Amino acid sequence: MIFVSSAMVSTLILDVGFMAMLVVVAFAIVRLQSLFAIVMLQGVYSLLCAAWFVSLDAVDVAFTEAAVGAGVATILMLAAMLLADRESKPVPINRQFGPILVVILAGIALLFALPDMPTVGDGNSPANSYVGMDYIARTADEIKIPNIVTAVLASYRGYDTFGEVVVIFSAGLGVLLLLGLDGNAGKWKAKPNGIQLYAPSAPPARIKPDNDGGESS
Amino acid sequence: MTHHVILRVVSKFLIPLIALFAFYVQFHGDYGPGGGFQAGVILAASVILYALIFGLEEAKKSIPPTWVRVGMALGVLLYGGTGVATWLLGGAFLDYDVLAHDAAHGQHHGILAVELGVLLAVSSVMVTIFYAFGSRQPDLTDEDW
Repeated sequence: MIFVSSAMVSTLILDVGFMAMLVVVAFAIVRLQSLFAIVMLQGVYSLLCAAWFVSLDAVDVAFTEAAVGAGVATILMLAAMLLADRESKPVPINRQFGPILVVILAGIALLFALPDMPTVGDGNSPANSYVGMDYIARTADEIKIPNIVTAVLASYRGYDTFGEVVVIFSAGLGVLLLLGLDGNAGKWKAKPNGIQLYAPSAPPARIKPDNDGGESS
Repeated sequence: MTHHVILRVVSKFLIPLIALFAFYVQFHGDYGPGGGFQAGVILAASVILYALIFGLEEAKKSIPPTWVRVGMALGVLLYGGTGVATWLLGGAFLDYDVLAHDAAHGQHHGILAVELGVLLAVSSVMVTIFYAFGSRQPDLTDEDW
């Protein structure tokens, strides 16, 4: 019994430590001006989230967070950053009141909703009582694969996963329609540290040798 | 990044391992954490890493943009087609029981097909997005970073 309680204390220390690191990284992201550092810190944030999910026994979610959030999202943000400036401009003080008001109100609302949340590992919580228990009981007989998460994702909730795949497909399709696969929806040379980064109108689909004029016919 | 010898050598060794790990995650998804989404993202990450180290043009030579464009449609088609196949075999949409004589075997076949569709769609879309963004500007020199 002593061993169990000490293990619980150590996971509690891990959870609190991860949350503290998340807060620190979030403040660093808000305070920094260099976009490169911000993108890297977003990857760090995702990786910390993934580690925390492992500590909460949500291994599949942690895996997804590490692969998508820390891996591909960081790379895509880097690729998108190439089209933008390297530094963000400081926000004037009179434009900071609105966001801080929204944050405070949302925080108050979350604190207000906190007593309704089930505690971690509560056997009577909604997630653990109705359909979830049903899946756990029936997977061994009906699907016969050890990983219940895969059974729920691909079979019991196949519609939802189909919807997710279509969402990802639509995202790719949207990028494809806007930018073109070879960048041929407007192939001009960006100036990463310059000012002129895009033409005022949609550029023509042909190679433009120079971009000092900034006008596109 | 033409003169980063260490990066080039290490990534040449690592990229096949990353792709292999993606397929492990894909086909071990029935037994451990993982599945089509994670495997697709890891597979796309190996292609993107190749493009980052060896240049976008080299990556487009090995994985042509036409492939990823077809792949992302094929993935969704494979997923939806599994549902239509179960329809034609007399079951409900995405009810894999009818795919084999034994219901559990049918579930295994269905999950395998569906996860393959997810792998194709996710990896193709990720590579597509990277190609689309990456083709917008010339390759940066090291000083630009």
